[in-house]
Amino acid sequence: MTEVIRMSAIEKHFPGVHALRNAQFDLKAGEVHALMGENGAGKSTLMKILAGIYSADSGSVQVNGSEVRINGPRAAQDLGIGIIHQELALMPDLTVAQNIFIGREPRNRWGVLDEAQLNRDAEAIFAAMKVPLDPTAEVRRLTIAKQQMVEIAKALSFRSRILIMDEPTAALNETETEELFAIIRRLKSEGVAIVYISHKMNEIRRISDRVTIMRDGAYVGTVTAEDTPIETIISMMVGRELEQTSIAIPDLGDAPVALEVRGLSAGRMVRDVSFTLRRGEILGFAGLMGAGRTEVARVIFGADPREGGEILVHGSARTIRNPRDAVGAGIGYLSEDRKQFGLALGIDVRGNIALTSLDRFSDRFLRVNEAGLAKVATSYIASLAIRTPSDQQEVRLLSGGNQQKVVIAKWLLRDCDILIFDEPTRGIDVGAKAEIYRLLQSLAEAGKAIIVISSELPEVLRLSHRIAVMCEGRLTGILPGGPATSQHEIMRLATRRDHAAEGASA
Amino acid sequence: MTATPVAAKPRAIASGAQQKLLAFASLIALLVFFSLASPNFLQTANILAILQATSVNGVLAIAATLVIITGGIDLSVGTLMTFTAVIAGVVLTFWGLPMPLGVIAAIAAGTACGFISGSLVARMKIPPFIATLGMMLILKGLSLVISGTKPIYFNDTPSFPLISTGSLIGSIFPAVPVPNGVLILFLLALAISWMLNRTTLGRYCFALGSNEEAVRLSGVNADGWKVAIYALAGGICGIAGLLIASRLNSAQPALGQGYELDAIAAVVIGGTSLAGGRGSILGTIIGALIMGVLLNGLRIMSVAQEWQTVVTGAIIIFAVYADMLRRRRAG
Ligand SMILES: Nc1ncnc2c1ncn2[C@@H]1O[C@H](COP(=O)(O)OP(=O)(O)OP(=O)(O)O)[C@@H](O)[C@H]1O
Ligand SMILES: [Mg+2]
Repeated sequence: MTEVIRMSAIEKHFPGVHALRNAQFDLKAGEVHALMGENGAGKSTLMKILAGIYSADSGSVQVNGSEVRINGPRAAQDLGIGIIHQELALMPDLTVAQNIFIGREPRNRWGVLDEAQLNRDAEAIFAAMKVPLDPTAEVRRLTIAKQQMVEIAKALSFRSRILIMDEPTAALNETETEELFAIIRRLKSEGVAIVYISHKMNEIRRISDRVTIMRDGAYVGTVTAEDTPIETIISMMVGRELEQTSIAIPDLGDAPVALEVRGLSAGRMVRDVSFTLRRGEILGFAGLMGAGRTEVARVIFGADPREGGEILVHGSARTIRNPRDAVGAGIGYLSEDRKQFGLALGIDVRGNIALTSLDRFSDRFLRVNEAGLAKVATSYIASLAIRTPSDQQEVRLLSGGNQQKVVIAKWLLRDCDILIFDEPTRGIDVGAKAEIYRLLQSLAEAGKAIIVISSELPEVLRLSHRIAVMCEGRLTGILPGGPATSQHEIMRLATRRDHAAEGASA
Repeated sequence: MTATPVAAKPRAIASGAQQKLLAFASLIALLVFFSLASPNFLQTANILAILQATSVNGVLAIAATLVIITGGIDLSVGTLMTFTAVIAGVVLTFWGLPMPLGVIAAIAAGTACGFISGSLVARMKIPPFIATLGMMLILKGLSLVISGTKPIYFNDTPSFPLISTGSLIGSIFPAVPVPNGVLILFLLALAISWMLNRTTLGRYCFALGSNEEAVRLSGVNADGWKVAIYALAGGICGIAGLLIASRLNSAQPALGQGYELDAIAAVVIGGTSLAGGRGSILGTIIGALIMGVLLNGLRIMSVAQEWQTVVTGAIIIFAVYADMLRRRRAG
């Protein structure tokens, strides 16, 4: 196979951060090359240099054998390099087709935009991708998965021979991931070279040919995916062996009930949901996308209106009208969409961690105890291994996974009795994942009641004492956690549509 | 993950259309109310007066709409209008040059000032609020300096008042003596509306307001296009300057401050989002008409000037709140 990209001796500094140290990377036509490393290892930064978004301090980049300077996204496009960003970069108010061709709108001979041509061109790309998407749909109305498809279509529209995908499946469910893989295989067979960044180990094995591992901004090595055990890759990433901990399920028979939900209903996504959660228990919520798990969490947390049912906290009914009531009742919610609901991006790490607990760190004149805050923030940065130059770094400058850890720290500090974690490990590397699992377990041991919503079945199985499965807004069953339950059983409940069909015809 | 409820719900009517509908319904309601309240209201002469009075604010509001769609704000439209009027006065009265040169000079001066504001915002990254606040004061001062703080009259250019008050339509159809100022407003509205929907410049206007970073990452010269939009808005303020100068047959250097707020109010009532990314010229025109009708109607009902101002303020808040309520309910 011919080599299309060779990056060598790449150096990159940000204020206070040495992001890339002598990094290297090479890519061949027609291969899927996975790029792996812990949060903050420099994966996105290296690829942004290739896509012309950052410029390297020093080092060399060769495309198709000749030395190039890529000084902007345009230059990268001209070289046939397309990138799908970790954080989607779309214009929500524009249509699908307008997004794809932004900057390259077809015009008629008077120089006027040719909207019909624009939509036809977009249509052609979707046809080639075998993805049914309406080019005239407004992007803000699409699901994240569909938006991802728009990003891919956009990258393809440049006739890219090199396609960089930065955690494309972070927000996709299993079916959508399969669709994406089908597209990747098709592109690969056409000779497109693909860089694939992901924290999901099982994907790497399935889709990639070679794997390059980075640690702390430096190159660690490149291996073939087929005959390298996952454990080897992981230890190259974290620089040590990780021990697999399996869960010991405690006997909570007589632990007091912390949260009881009876007949909770709200719209089509939450129908008659009832369950109990004991102190010290971790209750996993499994289900397919759109099963209504997030909706249940949001209603309990008062973020969406409740239409029916009761919520009992420590045995007494509570009226929860908004998140403030919920926090008052000792309920914390870590939302799945950290950008939109979980973080103040322009504020520093310390300020974000303190956000829900400022009242505890201020005196009666509302003066903030900065020294106390700094101490707490620093201790969380250490215990969650948040990679940041200091607790005063603005959160938007952290890597994706490290931002997620800040949200977790925020809710841990708030010290709620009942904690709801919605996709807590999305975009988080294996090392930190193990760290977060350990943390959740120790929180449970300390008597907290915990709900974990996760789309990754292995994660649910590994963490939960009991597993609640949802399908189309209904709770279809509660299974015991641990080895007694198989993924198969969960999937059976997650696709049990009979009740839902009844509801729809009523 | 789970689908966000917003994404799952298809809408019967695009929200932009709904927004305009709401504004349009309010306009009709006002018209009905005032014509019932006062028999003088629906007279042709009064309707023409409303349109004439709306023309300047309408043109300024079009300029403000462009900038607001990009996610910015332009506080300098009012004093820029005055500045361009003074420039026209200098060219026509001080220098005694022919009228077309005055017209060109006013529009060119507006474009140049818009270019400066745009450069401050796009290239020097000064927040639009601050950059245009600065420009607002600079232009106000310059107008006074250049004119020697006195009004400049256009007595040497007898045809100058016709720009606004003459009636091209009336000379063809005497039954409908629509003043030129109004004609200019509507032609401009059509042109800019077309520009927004059918040209690259318009497309980038919405794209910038929607997600500037995404535009940049797409390899588009985001800063350059932004400067172009501010410059265009400045040129439109030049047209407003000509309209007001020709209506008053003079350039009044002390005038202008406060007009920017009326313009922004019209934009907001018309449903353009201050957050950028969405908006329409049609909405803005309806917004400007609502304000014109309201002021005229209150005057006809002999509501005191002070109270007119109070009502206008209340209407702005109400209009935006109603729009938010509607949007929240829609999903
Ligand atoms: N614009 C920036 N300014 C300052 N620091 C930055 C900037 N971009 C990235 N960094 C820092 O550079 C380092 C590498 O970040 P990068 O985003 O490349 O990590 P990553 O490997 O993609 O991690 P993740 O898996 O979490 O996405 C991190 O420590 C991050 O905080
Ligand atoms: Mg990254």
